[in-house]
Amino acid sequence: MNYGPLLFLAAFFALAGSWFGFVLTPQAQIGQLQPTNMLGAPTLYPQARPGLARQGLEVYRANGCADCHTQQVRQSATVCDVLLSAAGTNLPAVLSALLRVRPDLSEPQARQCLSALPQPVLQGLKPAEADAKVKVLNGTGAKASVSIVPVGPDIARGWGKRRNVARDFIFDYPVALGSQRIGPDLANISVRQPDAGWHLRHLYAPRLEVRGSAMPPYRFLFDKRKIERSPSPDAMVLPRGLGPPPGYEIVPKPQAVALVAYLLSLRADAPLFEAPLTVAPGAGATGATNAPTAPEVPAATNTPAASGATSTNAAPTNAPAK
Amino acid sequence: MNPTASSEPAAVGPGGRDAATLEIDASCRLPLLVLLVSAAAWLVITSGFALISSIKFHSPDFLAGPAWLTYGRAHPAAASAFLYGFCLQSGLGVSLCLLARLGRTGLGQGWLVTMGAMFWNLGVTVGVLGILAGDRTGFEALDMPGYATPMVFLGWALIGIRGAMTFHERREQRLYVSQWFLFAALFWFPWIYSTAQLLLVAFPVRGVMQSVIAWWYADNLQVVWLWLAGLGAVFYLVPRLARRELQSRNLALSAFWIILLFGSWGGIPNSAPVPAWMPALSTVGTVLTTVALLAVGLSVWQTAGRGGAAGARASLPLRFVLFGALAFLVAGFMRVLSSILPVSKVTDLTWFGPAMDQLNAYGFFAMVSFGAAYWILPQLMGLEFPWAGLARAHFWLASLGIVLLAAPLAIAGVLEGLKLRNPDNAFMDVVRATLPCLRVSTMGDLLMALGHVAFLANLAGLAARFYRVRAASVFSALTLDAHKPAGARP
Repeated sequence: MNYGPLLFLAAFFALAGSWFGFVLTPQAQIGQLQPTNMLGAPTLYPQARPGLARQGLEVYRANGCADCHTQQVRQSATVCDVLLSAAGTNLPAVLSALLRVRPDLSEPQARQCLSALPQPVLQGLKPAEADAKVKVLNGTGAKASVSIVPVGPDIARGWGKRRNVARDFIFDYPVALGSQRIGPDLANISVRQPDAGWHLRHLYAPRLEVRGSAMPPYRFLFDKRKIERSPSPDAMVLPRGLGPPPGYEIVPKPQAVALVAYLLSLRADAPLFEAPLTVAPGAGATGATNAPTAPEVPAATNTPAASGATSTNAAPTNAPAK
Repeated sequence: MNPTASSEPAAVGPGGRDAATLEIDASCRLPLLVLLVSAAAWLVITSGFALISSIKFHSPDFLAGPAWLTYGRAHPAAASAFLYGFCLQSGLGVSLCLLARLGRTGLGQGWLVTMGAMFWNLGVTVGVLGILAGDRTGFEALDMPGYATPMVFLGWALIGIRGAMTFHERREQRLYVSQWFLFAALFWFPWIYSTAQLLLVAFPVRGVMQSVIAWWYADNLQVVWLWLAGLGAVFYLVPRLARRELQSRNLALSAFWIILLFGSWGGIPNSAPVPAWMPALSTVGTVLTTVALLAVGLSVWQTAGRGGAAGARASLPLRFVLFGALAFLVAGFMRVLSSILPVSKVTDLTWFGPAMDQLNAYGFFAMVSFGAAYWILPQLMGLEFPWAGLARAHFWLASLGIVLLAAPLAIAGVLEGLKLRNPDNAFMDVVRATLPCLRVSTMGDLLMALGHVAFLANLAGLAARFYRVRAASVFSALTLDAHKPAGARP
């Protein structure tokens, strides 16, 4: 290789190949993703974030929240559970069928199981196995169905119900996936912590809400001002040591309010074709994700969080700020 | 390619340098001095911000008041100042000088380079100030705001065009190994930088495509570019400092091709929310770079191995370069390992990534740049560095610093990853478990910062000494007293 132009061509084609592979081709595949119907619901997902939340994303970007918080829930596999929702009328047949699909159960246990429906009778199966078991149960007149359950450490931790997919982010700029979990994952923070007052206090004094938190306080997102005629309704309710001197109050700046609106818009648990999951009936499957206006009760499948695995959930929720 | 004729054109020893060499060196003097001194100044700024952001991990209330010193601004400011202020700038400076020397041609129109350096530094200054003001783009390795781009790009254009012209004007037809690497690096940056700027900042693409392009860019900059520019210097410096011929040209050639063809296909993490073929392809590309790692390791070992240890004791620049080569191997293998799926399930999204990047960018690239600066500058100036002791201290501070930084972070990453795999470990306990490692890494940052001050002091001292001698000689020429040639020893 003593010929300059040859060297240039080598470098040119090498880089062109990589550019073609990791810029052009992905753009052709996922560069034009559109909102789509959720599985089993006629709702479009995702919805664009409301304006205030979009301003909040700017605050999130400017202060580098993504340096410490990811927004990517990972999942190691998708398994199938068999959900028995009604036993029907032929109880002895259902009982024997249940004993056939669950040979480990004794008869009294199976009876007890049938008395507390609906509940999953089998967990962690492969799709074909689950289908076969459902067929056995349904043959007796019982009502059984397969539910799709994503699993993995992040999901067991209560950080989300399914993995994040490209479609979750189509309306965001910049996409704040993050690269490091110095703090907890925020992909579904609005489900875990729907209280705006909690988020404001946590931003003002993180260790007030989470003991031993390593998050720096973001006091520059708040104003300390003199109380004029009557206290502001937005003033922060803070414990003695942290509060302002008498005659003053601490109110969140618009940036803080926008940032909290953004955090409360973070929710990516809609069942999609590319990330399927079965949502328990009545658990808010139709709740428009990415639309934070009325954060509903956390969905039933989020129960693992109750084990206290996440620090944010374990923290006491004080009375919301006035 | 004839492996027997792998010697570089005309051995350039400190002693036997002919008039042509002196002329080439004189043409490089000012541009290289400007680029390296400003790079060293950026390094000091980097370590200031890096130290602040490192301390924040164990005392989050430290300097929490002002918005511009919050972690999410100080940290990207340090990263950008390091990458663009130091790495790219010193890499460019050393590349130009090596292209001129290897091509046996002077660096004509040195003012172009000096002007380019000014634009570059202006751009980086504006960019870092923009980050501190809250205008960061939010894409790692590309955090400087869009309004800094034109200056940075113009700076590169002026310097890069001069570099390409120097390559074109070479008088030695036969290309030495380093010239492949350096020339490819010159051409690599504008392509990846313009792609990233256009598709991420000017006309942003939709959704996760932003992350894909940001990963592609970061990999091409922090892996391919740093490897090309750094290895170009390694293949030039090791044979000269060890006073042996390069073994062998074919090993270097295979490393070159592997880096070009496969190095640029890395960077997409396995956990990414993208179609699975992308991380899979990225893993294949990264694993194939093993060949390049082995080729470089073997080549450096065969060239400097026997007798290299003795040479390293005698020569400070060789010590820097050999440390760099070692860090290159370690960081490269860490990258290969962590791209494999079962390992990446633990190491992704943890401290392991920053440890690997730091070891590559600092342990490898910056150390090689230090070695190059300590070796080339005295020759260009015809003067020794004013404080040899400080230079030796710099080696120990920098090498100890990067080891104390990267090793605990890598351990913290693995620890964090393993603990996060078990959902019964509360997240706060996982954070607490990494704290001791983070404390040690702050020590590493502190040592590196001291080293940078020593480096800057030595460079500035050398420049001051050079211009004092020059001024004295001009003065004496004017007063017709004596005829001290410019650049003579004082």
